[in-house]
Amino acid sequence: MDREQGADAAGPHPIHAILLGFPIALFTTALITDIAYLRTAEIQWTNFSAWLISGALLFGGLVLAWALIALVIHLRAPNRPRRMLYPGLLAAMWILGLVNAFKHSQDAWSSVGAFGLILSILCTILALAAGAVAFSGFAAREVAR
Amino acid sequence: MIRTLTCGAALLLALTSCGRSDPGLDQLGPEPDVPAIRETLVPPMRIAKPVGWGDRTPVVPAGFTITALATDLQIPRQMLVLPNGDVLVAEGRGGHAPALRPKDVIAGVIKKQGNTKVAGGDRVTLLRDADGDGRAEVRTVFIDNLDAPYGLAFVDGSIYVANQGALLRFPYQPGQTRITAAGEEVTRLPSAINHHWTKSLTASADGLTLYVGIGSNSNVGERGMAVEEERAVVWAIDRATGARRTVATGIRNPTALSIEPTTSALWAVVNERDEIGPQASPDYLTSVREGAFYGWPYSYWGQHVDPRVRPQKPEMVARAIAPDYALGSHVAALGLSFATNGGFGGTFSQGAFVGEHGSWNRQDLSGYKVVWIPFANGRPANRPVDFVTGFLTEDGQARGRPVGVTFDPTRRLLFVADDLSNTVWRVAPRR
Repeated sequence: MDREQGADAAGPHPIHAILLGFPIALFTTALITDIAYLRTAEIQWTNFSAWLISGALLFGGLVLAWALIALVIHLRAPNRPRRMLYPGLLAAMWILGLVNAFKHSQDAWSSVGAFGLILSILCTILALAAGAVAFSGFAAREVAR
Repeated sequence: MIRTLTCGAALLLALTSCGRSDPGLDQLGPEPDVPAIRETLVPPMRIAKPVGWGDRTPVVPAGFTITALATDLQIPRQMLVLPNGDVLVAEGRGGHAPALRPKDVIAGVIKKQGNTKVAGGDRVTLLRDADGDGRAEVRTVFIDNLDAPYGLAFVDGSIYVANQGALLRFPYQPGQTRITAAGEEVTRLPSAINHHWTKSLTASADGLTLYVGIGSNSNVGERGMAVEEERAVVWAIDRATGARRTVATGIRNPTALSIEPTTSALWAVVNERDEIGPQASPDYLTSVREGAFYGWPYSYWGQHVDPRVRPQKPEMVARAIAPDYALGSHVAALGLSFATNGGFGGTFSQGAFVGEHGSWNRQDLSGYKVVWIPFANGRPANRPVDFVTGFLTEDGQARGRPVGVTFDPTRRLLFVADDLSNTVWRVAPRR
């Protein structure tokens, strides 16, 4: 199988894999700093979250673009519904992440609140799920070796 | 995925288009309608594009004329008329608030679109119109090398300048056009971060006390409350010793101070918070009551709680008093001057001129004019009347933005600083 596809049995391209690591780590960390803010009302934590989410969107955007291009290039390849799962997860992650970035641009408690926390949880789950889908093929290959 | 995309787009669209205001709400006067908080993910930002005046001038009521006393200034803010009629103009731009979030970077770029591109002068300019033709034939740099000067006062032969970090005193000889003596520091003023950097200044009626308005260090505490010590307050400074005490607190951004002539009471115009809707919360004109707490950041217009501030302080909200007179939301009142000595006469005898710099945080522009608020018995007596207008074009672009207003009771003139076209306007009765 082609390594350029982003997520298939052979696993993602190394650069794609590195880029994907960013939204996984940054959204997850943003969730932790959100919780820290909601527990302490210490403004620095929500400032962290805002930058982490921005970083996740930047790298997540590159990953999403890569995955979408790969999907279009291999539009006629078999198993399309299954192959749409990965870009679908990334797209949902990125859109909710964008909403979350706007949410985190509000001031003080409104920068997180219940809605921001929910968005951060969803972004984290979607990023982890996208990672699991992308790397499951990679894991399978490792086991097969 | 398509569905997610569509939903996301629809959501964003819905969230950004919530900046519309309700024309049915009356937000002027002592008891304004204060709507519920309406937060949006993307704050409605409408910047009036600067276009300049060309051959035009601002519009004044029938029976008045307006001329440009001086142009090409370096961001004129507040003014002072000296006993001999010379007009001093504080020019500059202050603040050194670092960007803490991506939002600070982006909002900074957007707001810059609505401001002058000229660098602040950090000086006080003297304008002299001895022949009274409405144009200053003498113009000198009166005091140079200041640090974002804003408030000005003249008491007992000395000139007081409120830099963004200190109150300074300069000796003055009548007729002088340039002061080279170094200023004497009366009192240092809070200047860390200086999110709201303008230090407004006025002297008490007896001249013994100098009042300084010190704005908050954030919109609503989003830089943490540690940086808000002695912010959003009005100080009373003993002119002789420099000793200061805090007169009022929770007064978010008191951008201009003035003494009401019949009662000698201290009044202020105050800018309220952003990002809770196009009509929340009204900016206001208020007498500054001794010991009063005006709510910031915990509540606005009295005891309307702002849920963005945590930990919340119900005991502080319970103490908050409502201001005297609402000017409308986001009008950004920056100028205040009472008519003294009979004002312009007629309907403009007793009252206050208020310069409204104009909004950015609502879709329908508000402010961008100078209004007159009639007073009786030392209190606002009626609704505001437009006094100087024409700062906006029909399609919502900005020719200018008014800041300080200063009434000269001896010569019966009103001066208006315009920090977008870098002009000082002079309004005079038609003679």
